[in-house]
Amino acid sequence: MTIYSIIFYLLAFLILVTTGIAITRRNLVHVVIYLIFSFFGSAMLFYLFGAPFLAVLEVIIYAGAIMVLFLFVVIMMRAETGNERLFALRQWLPVAIFGLLYIAIGMGIITADPNSRITLKTAQAAPKVFGQFIFENHWLSIEIVSLLLLVALVGALVIGRRSRRPPAAQTTNGEL
Amino acid sequence: MIVPFGHVLILAGLLFLMGILCVVARRSLIMILLGIEIMLNAVAILLVGSSLLWQHLEGQAIVLFVFAIAGAEVSIGLALIVWAYRRTGSMDPSDYNLLK
Repeated sequence: MTIYSIIFYLLAFLILVTTGIAITRRNLVHVVIYLIFSFFGSAMLFYLFGAPFLAVLEVIIYAGAIMVLFLFVVIMMRAETGNERLFALRQWLPVAIFGLLYIAIGMGIITADPNSRITLKTAQAAPKVFGQFIFENHWLSIEIVSLLLLVALVGALVIGRRSRRPPAAQTTNGEL
Repeated sequence: MIVPFGHVLILAGLLFLMGILCVVARRSLIMILLGIEIMLNAVAILLVGSSLLWQHLEGQAIVLFVFAIAGAEVSIGLALIVWAYRRTGSMDPSDYNLLK
């Protein structure tokens, strides 16, 4: 039991507990805050696995940009899920059965896989090496992804713009 | 020496399962989108772990693109949610019945 494995188990516990709390809260602001904790844990896990650049990106993009965007929308909409109806109990039974079945099969696959017994060795990919690898082998994908982000930006602007025409429910009252 | 790779698989699998549970069980569009984010994060953890297992940078490269796609998906998804909320005043997908 090295210091690395202790850190891994602590982080895994932290990530699972904060995510588990997050998906069961009613208040959406609490959900987002707990998920920020979870993503910080994932960022530290990335650092432990030797990906410092991805750890920084996880903090900036996931815990920073995406979660703050969610927080803005939650606060702006005053989204309340207090009266949220969950499924009836008899609908939960088949879900639980099939879920447990899939967990059992997954555990079987993981224990049968010879790779899963290999112990991970510590290594680190410096950001410079990673950047050179990306731009030597995946430059076309980088261009495509940048185009995708541009399309997403324009699309979000077009969708989010307030339309001039009143919605259909109001025009049917005679002023059409 | 960190841990056996199987433990990383178990962690990512449990996280992915939590994401599925969030998507299936919650009745708010925001929670559904957050569940997808949790699933993407689980996949990213697994990819970085397998990149360490095979000592190859390919897994980390895929994670970079997963991040970009998650950003694009969340911006479009939240814009759609805001649009639907303005139109119907609700975030419950079962209230969207204008086509009926």
